[in-house]
Formats: sequence, C-alpha cells, structure tokens
Amino acid sequence: MSNRAVVVLDTPASQPVTARTTWLSDAAADRLFYWVVAGSAFFVLIALGAAALSMAWGGRLAFQTFGWRFFYGTEWDPVTRQFAAFVPIYGTIITSLISMIIAVPISLGIAVFLTEVAPRWMRGPVGTAIELLAGIPSIIYGMWGLFTFVPFMSDHVQPWLIDHIGPLPIIGPLFDGAPMGIGMLTAGIILGIMVIPFITAVMRDVFLVVPPALKESAYALGSTKWEVVKDVVIPYTRTAVVGGIFLGLGRALGETMAVTFVLGNAHNLSISLMEPGNSIAAAIANEFTEADSDIYLSSLIALGFVLFIVTFIVLAVAKLMLQRVARQKGE
Amino acid sequence: MTTAESLHRRRQIVSVAALSLATLATVFGLVWLVWILGTTFFQGLGALNVKLFTEMTPPPGQSGGLLNAFFGSFVMVLMAVVIGSPIGIAAGTFLAEYARGSRLGEVIRFVNDILLSAPSIVIGLFIYELVVRQAGHFSAYAGGFALAFILLPVVVRTTDEMLRLVPDVMREAALSLGIPRWKMINHVLYRAAKAGILTGVLLAIARISGETAPLLFTALNNQYWTSSLAEPMANIPVVIFQYAMSPYDAWHTLAWAGAFVMTLFVLALSIISRTILNPRKSDNA
Repeated sequence: MSNRAVVVLDTPASQPVTARTTWLSDAAADRLFYWVVAGSAFFVLIALGAAALSMAWGGRLAFQTFGWRFFYGTEWDPVTRQFAAFVPIYGTIITSLISMIIAVPISLGIAVFLTEVAPRWMRGPVGTAIELLAGIPSIIYGMWGLFTFVPFMSDHVQPWLIDHIGPLPIIGPLFDGAPMGIGMLTAGIILGIMVIPFITAVMRDVFLVVPPALKESAYALGSTKWEVVKDVVIPYTRTAVVGGIFLGLGRALGETMAVTFVLGNAHNLSISLMEPGNSIAAAIANEFTEADSDIYLSSLIALGFVLFIVTFIVLAVAKLMLQRVARQKGE
Repeated sequence: MTTAESLHRRRQIVSVAALSLATLATVFGLVWLVWILGTTFFQGLGALNVKLFTEMTPPPGQSGGLLNAFFGSFVMVLMAVVIGSPIGIAAGTFLAEYARGSRLGEVIRFVNDILLSAPSIVIGLFIYELVVRQAGHFSAYAGGFALAFILLPVVVRTTDEMLRLVPDVMREAALSLGIPRWKMINHVLYRAAKAGILTGVLLAIARISGETAPLLFTALNNQYWTSSLAEPMANIPVVIFQYAMSPYDAWHTLAWAGAFVMTLFVLALSIISRTILNPRKSDNA
C-alpha cells in the first residue's frame, strides 16, 4: 500500500515540473488584463478629445488673428494672408442641404419598398445592393463624378435647368449661369447618392421593428398599404427616422473626396448653384499641401476644427435619438 | 354610396401611386450603383495590364505602373491593422465584459460611434498635428497611424457586439471551473466570437483601403519606390486623386486602373465579411 503510494507520488517528480510556475498570480493577471482592456477603452475616449484639442491648438493662430471675422468674412487670399471661412462654410451647408433634399425622400422610398412592397425573395439582394453604395470608396464617387457625371450634368441637365427654371422669379437665380457641370448642385447630388445607404439602413431597420399588431389593426380598419406606412409606421418610428437623417447629414457634412473633385475649389460666394464653389473639407484637401505660411496652415486647421465640432454635434444628436428608440424597444 | 366608392377608389389610387414612387426610388438608387460601378469597371478593365503591377508610377508623358503605390497602400493598411486591431479588440472587450450597463461604458460606446462616422479628413488633420508636425516631415508611419484611427472604432464596435452575442452560460461554465477571468475571455469568449471579430477587422480593412483624405496630410505621395517608413510613401488613393486631377490622359488611364483594382478589392472584402457576419440575415431582412 505504502509502496504504491510512493510510486504514484514519484511519477510527477521524475519528470520536469509541469506544475504552474507562473510569474504572475491569477489575481494579478486578472488585474493586468483589466487594466489593458480598460486602458484601450479609455484610449478611444481620449482619441476623440485629443483630436478636438489638437485642432483647436493648430487653429489658434487663425482664431486669434481673425477673431469672429473668421466665421463671417468672405475673403480667402493666400497672397495678402487674409483668411475668413464663410465661403467654405456656406458651401458645406448648401451641398449638405441639397444632398438631404435628394437622399431623404429616396431613402424613405427605398426603406418602404424593402419593408412593404418588395416580394420577400427580393428584399435581401436589393438591400445588399443599396448597402454596396456605402461600400464604394468616396474617391471613386469623386472620380466618377469628375469624368462621367460632370459632363452629363453640363450636357443634359444644366442647360435644361437654366432654360426652364432659370427665368422663374424666386428660385431662378439659383439656377443661373453657364452649364459648366461642376459646382454645388453636382456636388450635392453626388453627396446625396453617397448618404442614401446610411439613411436607408436606419429607416429599414426601424420599420422592421414596428409591432405587427399595430399594422394589422390599421389594416383591419380598412387602411390601404400607404395609409399604414404614413399613419402607423412613420409616426411610430419618427424619432429614429430623424436620427437616421442626422446620421446621413453628419456623413454629408464631412465628406471630402467626392466633393473635392466636382466643386471647383473657388473662393467666391455666389447664389447660383452652378458656379464653382468650395466646402470646408474640399478646401482643406485641396490647399493643405500648398499652405506656405503659418497663418494659412492654421486657418485650414481651424476650418477642420469647425467641421469637427459641427459634425460632432450632428452625430451626437443622431446617436441620442437612435438610443432613445433602442431604449424604448427595451434593449 | 357613390361618394364612399369614389373615396375608396381614390385611397386605393393614392396608395398604389405612393408605393410605385417607393419602387421608383429603389430603381433610382440602383441606377446609380450600376452607373458608378459600370463606369469604374468599364474604364478600369480597359486600362488593366501587367505593367500595373511591375512598374513604378511614371512622370508625365511616360508609361508606367502603380507598383510602389500598391506596395505603399499594403504597408500602411498592414500597419493600421497591427496597431489598431489589438487596441480595438481590447477596448471592445472592456465594453462587452467589464462595462456592461455602466455609465462609463455608455459614454465610451457613444464616443466610439461618433468616431465611427466622424469625417476622415479630421483624423488626417489630427495625425498631422500629432505626428507630422512633431517629426517635421510626412511619413508612411503617420499614414499608418491615421488609418489605424479610422480602423479602431469599427473593430471596437464589432468586437463589442460579437462578444455580447456569446451566451452567458459559456462564461458561467468557464468561471465555475475556477478559470480566471482573463483566461476565460482569451480561451472561451474569443474562440466563440472569432469569426465575428475577424469580420470586423475585414470590414475595417475594406473601409481604410479606400480612404484618401487622411493620407493627403500624413503619407502624402512619393513618385519613387521606398520601403522606409520615415519617408513619404506612395499609396493608391492619393495617386488616384493626383492622377485624376491631372491634365494627362496616360495618368487618367492609370488612375482608372487603380480605381478598378481598389474598388474590386474593397467590394469583395465587404461582401465576404457580410456573408460571414450574418448568413441568415440576407434571407429575411
């Protein structure tokens, strides 16, 4: 009996020790792991703050030199070193506005189609195809815009707009000028196409979670399909729909490469949507490597800071709205 | 009776019209997809040849390829993955495992989602201030950092989501065996969520492969071959930008070829990762 026990005890001792000789106890390893993952998570938090701070710091020279004039002045002259950002800010707002005018109804239509109209077998493939629009790199939009869409606009669309809408009293001046193809209208349309998939994805996802009982009750009362969409589905999902639109707006405001190609990079303010214009992102992309003085560079970084703050606010609003819906759903 | 009937008919007509408009909107969206992809593929296929992968970017008026740009893009994307994905996976782990339901977790998730949609040009400026200005010159590693910052939120988000999909039973089973938490996460959770996390990285690669704006101020461009990370390095997106904006036809052709290869790569990657991510969703959504 005792002999056997010795044998059993002997076996592990005769081999190299396999027992754990870790240099770290389990508790210490756990703490270390915790601090590694927590540190990484804080890194994400810090990254956002650092981005904002570094741009505020880089742009301080411009803010100090030009003060509030930086926001409402219109001159942008590298030679006399006078920089004021109204033209790019205006361009960003107008192009984003045009993109929203196009993207919101189209996305709504696509979302309704995908959830109510299309036969079931069609929903997956069509939905994926629309999502692919979001996968195309933005520089491809820009290049396609420059080589294909700009000539199309100047040959077919803009002459018609100039002839038919140009003479109208109030909105006429918007469509005044020569059909050059480039300009804010073209940029706005391309932006609109780019943000369609983002808005569509949000709308489709929230349309799908409308409780069937609500829709069925409306059908039972004799509603048509459109009335169900208009009076049940959209009111029920309104907050999320607006959140999705803001998400798209945030994308449109900051989009760079697609608009850089087709805006024309001109620092003059014009009412017409067909004149070359500028946007914050396009101005930075075009001029950054050419900036030859500190104040020039600082002004461009200050523009970046403005863009960052604006998109941050828009995206935060979007996120809060979508979160509220998620919470209502009980997630 | 007749007024009721005409009202009914009117409502039917309005409904059919509205739904037809919705269908038209979908057709409208698909037309752009076909148009853009069609142009890129048509122009790109015509510009493809072997030289593309064997020769350097040419000066104006000469022929050449995009070898140095492909190499540069590869290097910078690789750097971004090596730097960004461990941090992203760790941060996602924190959100899913340690900060569930906590206010801090909510804040980080919120900030991460904003970073996810933040304009990439802003990230470029940030890295310019942080790295390029301090170092005094443009460099490939600055480009890699910029791309890492764009990759990061995508990986954080997918890791967070994928880990939360792992059933709690698995965590409890592992912990009840006396396995320390970090081992449970490393050997049980990561293994269970492997496909999902990998997909997140693939999606992020698809996203950063086409990013142009942040590279303009960090890696810039280089007409020549370089393998030094401290020098400006050519990369596909910036070369496409520069060549497409140029007045030379030969450069336009090269730009289309580069655009074609890049688009093919990016779309293939995003389709593959989507099919791994949710094979079921494509049927019923």
